[in-house]
Amino acid sequence: MNKAFSQSFKIHGSDMYNAGKASTEIKTILKQLGINSTTIRRVAIAAYEAEMNVVMYAKQAIMIFEITPEQIHITVDDEGPGIPDVHLAMQEGFSTATPEMREMGFGAGMGLPNIKKNSDSMKVESIVGKGTKLEIKININ
Amino acid sequence: MMKLLEVAEALSCEVFSDEQQLQYKVEFGCASDLMSDVLAFSQAGALLLTGLVTNQTIQTAYIAEIKAIVFVRGKKPDKKVIDLAKEKKIPLLGTQYSMYEACGILYQKGLVPTMSNVPHKAMNE
Ligand SMILES: Nc1ncnc2c1ncn2[C@@H]1O[C@H](COP(=O)(O)OP(=O)(O)O)[C@@H](O)[C@H]1O
Ligand SMILES: [Mg+2]
Repeated sequence: MNKAFSQSFKIHGSDMYNAGKASTEIKTILKQLGINSTTIRRVAIAAYEAEMNVVMYAKQAIMIFEITPEQIHITVDDEGPGIPDVHLAMQEGFSTATPEMREMGFGAGMGLPNIKKNSDSMKVESIVGKGTKLEIKININ
Repeated sequence: MMKLLEVAEALSCEVFSDEQQLQYKVEFGCASDLMSDVLAFSQAGALLLTGLVTNQTIQTAYIAEIKAIVFVRGKKPDKKVIDLAKEKKIPLLGTQYSMYEACGILYQKGLVPTMSNVPHKAMNE
């Protein structure tokens, strides 16, 4: 595999029923490509937390998944309220999740910190009232 | 390490998946209703005990490489949840025991934890 492979997914805000589908598909693709399981788990967890954040907080997003021989890139570009204080949002336990989201098992304020933990580089850019762009890079192996 | 068959026996489980999946082995146990915690603190190959019976439970398990799920307190998955688990090849069990009791029983049987913050002695030795 010399050329980069890429695929994009549409994520819809508030669509709890389909929440997680994009990340699940990414995981399946990585398994088919024979990527090692530790890397797959890191990518899947990071992508899933990012996907859940779109479902919980934003209107919609495009998730782009790219794989090169060295790295896996996940970019999630959403249209939504944005994050007023990214530094605060990155703190473990910080969450603005509603009671309904908590009932679904999310909203512990662990998502962004866990994305950081599972990635080799993570960048968050956000404009309040417009949206959030998250870029994740994970080295292969 | 515990065979699912032993887990099912220890917790008098109802089995919602193929009986042959009871041959699977689980290496660790973890328990939570918080899927974010499962994503942050579980390990591949673990058994998840949870009271949360939704699609997200299955998706989360698939993402985190959870080997099997036990629903506690008599909670039953609906057909959609069972079908999704089938597709993801994740066996589903259900027990009448509470989360506390179910964890205690499996812990006593020697199933080691994943979400531990304190140094832990393996009990099998
Ligand atoms: N895509 C997003 N759009 C708007 N706000 C977001 C987004 N992602 C995260 N946030 C904000 O950052 C907070 C922390 O996110 P996270 O660490 O994933 O924890 P949780 O989702 O459990 O609250 C969220 O509660 C929310 O306020
Ligand atoms: Mg989150």
